[in-house]
Amino acid sequence: MKTCGARPGGPSTDGIDLSKQTVIQGQILRDGSSDSVPNGTPVSNGHVRLLDATGEFTAEVPTNTEGQFRFFASPGTWTLVVQAPGARVEKRLVAAQGNATDLVITI
Amino acid sequence: MSRETALVTADWVAENINNPAVVIVEVDEDTALYAQGHIENAITFNWREDLQDGLRRDIISKEGFEALLSKSGIANDTTVILYGGNNNWFAAYAYWYFKLYGHQDVRLLDGGRKRWELDARPFVTDLPARTATRYVAKDQDLTLRAFRDEVIAAIGVKNIVDVRSPAEFSGELAAPAHLPQEGGQVKGHVPSAKNIPWSKAANEDGTFKSDAELKEIYTTAGVDLAKDTIAYCRIGERSAFSWFVLHELLGVSNVKNYDGSWTEYGSLVGVPVEIGALA
Repeated sequence: MKTCGARPGGPSTDGIDLSKQTVIQGQILRDGSSDSVPNGTPVSNGHVRLLDATGEFTAEVPTNTEGQFRFFASPGTWTLVVQAPGARVEKRLVAAQGNATDLVITI
Repeated sequence: MSRETALVTADWVAENINNPAVVIVEVDEDTALYAQGHIENAITFNWREDLQDGLRRDIISKEGFEALLSKSGIANDTTVILYGGNNNWFAAYAYWYFKLYGHQDVRLLDGGRKRWELDARPFVTDLPARTATRYVAKDQDLTLRAFRDEVIAAIGVKNIVDVRSPAEFSGELAAPAHLPQEGGQVKGHVPSAKNIPWSKAANEDGTFKSDAELKEIYTTAGVDLAKDTIAYCRIGERSAFSWFVLHELLGVSNVKNYDGSWTEYGSLVGVPVEIGALA
């Protein structure tokens, strides 16, 4: 799916020491095929939950006005649960120190 | 205390937005959220600027609480409805202040900001005008608040409930995963503490689980609800949430929030610390 505007993905990592932090971040966009919202509209009223490898809740953040979110985690396997009005999406990922895991998730 | 006196539904709030006996207060960890949109007629407290002492490391004094509520137009007989992001963490923290200083009628919006948003209910950006009152607080009810020496004395004696995530309890993380990793000087937990993450008490939509489910979570984890209990987290807000569950929803009378929490305990010289997951 094509998006327009700013570079898709999470907020700028300027000022974050990626050698010490394990960053999981991204941007939630609407998939316009299921509703009247244009493709690629940032989801500013979403909530993203971070579950650990056993499925245990670890943290949750609301998306910002650009539909972005960020977690500071530790290396390993994690699951994101994205919730927004009328939508729920899960995404598994493996995070590592050194490079931010930066995702674009459409709902 | 019980669910009926401590919680309101989103429908109840929607019906009481213009009720002059009710003041709705949003309290968020991310203090920018309120300006982006909030429930109509809601005011906000900034947990850092309004609820902390500002000079010494402590919660606001009785006089500070009186000044905050007076300028916010909250009277002693006002029904205060608190809500916020992060499953009401900081709303529960503010709720604990209201009880600590003896406010009669304070309740949480079940599900907080998240449930309101997932229901696609409206937010506004208008700021309500409120007429100042002369609020009179009571002295702190110290049956609700634990200090560090009491926590040390409680090791192996009382229930100590660590409500942080398993990764913080074991010493893998120093702070919740959505925050930069800072906190106490060392990582780990208070010896003999049971790890019952606050999140166990909440449904995925942010509302509280049923009383039966809540009781089951604590008793299964080995908490004897007949004994005194101290709850802690990193800075005292998530443990205010769990204190709310035990003291306000389940009506357990002997529960204290240790608001110094891990940032204090994990920086104390000479106190015992354990790491690793619960055996």
